[in-house]
Amino acid sequence: MSNFDPASMTSFGLEWLDTTGPHSDIVLSTRVRIARNLQGFPFPVRTRASDRTAVLTTIREAVESKGLLPDAVFIEIEGLSSRLRELLLERHLVSRELIGQNGAEPPAAGALVVSAREPVGLMINEEDHLRLQSLTSGFNPEDTWQRVDRLDEKLGSELSYAFHHEFGHLTSCPTNCGTGLRTSVLIHLPGLVLTKEINKVLQGISQVGLTFRGLYGEGSEVVGNLFQVSNQTTLGKSETDLIDHLQKIAGQVIEYERRARAVLLRDAPNVIEDKVWRAFGLLRYGRSLAFDEMMNLLSGVRLGLSLKLLSGPSVYVLNRIMIFAQNAHLEEASEGTLSASELDIHRARYVREALEQVEPS
Amino acid sequence: MVCDNCAKNEAEVHLTQIVDNEMTTVHLCPSCAADKGLESEGSKNLPLTDFLAQMGKAAMAEEEAVTAGPCSYCGTTVDDFKRSGRLGCPHCYSTYDSQLRAILRRIHGSTQHLGKVYVPPAGEAADRGARLTVLRRKLQRAVESEAFEHAADIRDQIKELEATVES
Repeated sequence: MSNFDPASMTSFGLEWLDTTGPHSDIVLSTRVRIARNLQGFPFPVRTRASDRTAVLTTIREAVESKGLLPDAVFIEIEGLSSRLRELLLERHLVSRELIGQNGAEPPAAGALVVSAREPVGLMINEEDHLRLQSLTSGFNPEDTWQRVDRLDEKLGSELSYAFHHEFGHLTSCPTNCGTGLRTSVLIHLPGLVLTKEINKVLQGISQVGLTFRGLYGEGSEVVGNLFQVSNQTTLGKSETDLIDHLQKIAGQVIEYERRARAVLLRDAPNVIEDKVWRAFGLLRYGRSLAFDEMMNLLSGVRLGLSLKLLSGPSVYVLNRIMIFAQNAHLEEASEGTLSASELDIHRARYVREALEQVEPS
Repeated sequence: MVCDNCAKNEAEVHLTQIVDNEMTTVHLCPSCAADKGLESEGSKNLPLTDFLAQMGKAAMAEEEAVTAGPCSYCGTTVDDFKRSGRLGCPHCYSTYDSQLRAILRRIHGSTQHLGKVYVPPAGEAADRGARLTVLRRKLQRAVESEAFEHAADIRDQIKELEATVES
């Protein structure tokens, strides 16, 4: 493993944006994470800094001694500027818990490990000692789980996990114990929102053991018609059953979304076409864009591309905008701190430039 | 975005609710949210944590006669758990066994792990025979599910372990 070079940040950890996964016109990404804790240490929330450091060292040695993630980058969170920490958050590589609440210093001895070869990595000393995670393009629960599972098997033969014969893997929060597995898919559902079917669908998924969240996970709000659908329970079912169930239910949601889009196109083609083109126009020519407004407009253009009402830009360009036009990314690019109104102006400029070469028909 | 309630401070709490088939989202600043009982001041609690804490309270109330804890290993008390929704260490699961069973049943509908069986690393397992049994069971499962690459790994581990037992 090598240490982190902030200069590599321009392209770091962005493979999941590349739209190579299945159904990537509707599903942006699939995430799988599992929670593990080491035997013999209190959970991070309860540990002294010295224990947290010991946990970090133990895990790092285990990873390195077996060459498990040979070309991975090892990032100690405490050594990063607050800007870099926010950048990692905006790239969905770390949680708020790992990097510290808004403005506060990060908790001791937290780290992120990201493989350069495949989309798999670790968070160390987050809510649990270890979170193994993978983030991939499109709708890919089975494959994404396999990546995490392979790493878990290897790490588990090096590290002593806290495991209970009845409760399974023991986690700081009892909502995670057992398999410690949370799978989520980030789905774009403008069709269901516009046809007002969305609440029925969301209620339906909550009745079959799944739940939904916003773009940034737990506690975050839904913006730009992007819903993160994930399993609610982690105990009492095998990993395979949990993955299969999510695959099946989210697959149905994708199908409903496609049907809703077909209905929109059949019943209100002019309204939809107008909506899509207005969204593109505002993104292409606007001079000030709030983040939520931008996300809603990107949703319109994304829908237009999927329905072939627009010939460009590519979904990949939209995905990149969604990441690079966030506040910390804009500040990083401008090499300074920006006020709220300046952020909106910089955001609009970034989007204009990203769409400059696009002449859709 | 400004707070829907006071229209002064920046909204940081976003509450999405579904009531009678209608989804509504309310944006509040931390102090208005605290006034409405959504989040206590300075708390980092997420709605889920509050939800858990509530469940913890209910479960604890049911078992009021039981005065378990604090955890002899990490010192986590019932109050700590109620407040944060989090346990302090693996040992807490034994300390608060009966309360946790009620909570786990409510969250997951079960208390029995049915996922992968974890085998501790060699040298730490008290009984290698038991470890071999588990590995052989895993091998069988891997072969049944045609995960041959994985099966080969397990077979190697078994061979290695058998060799150390014989020597």
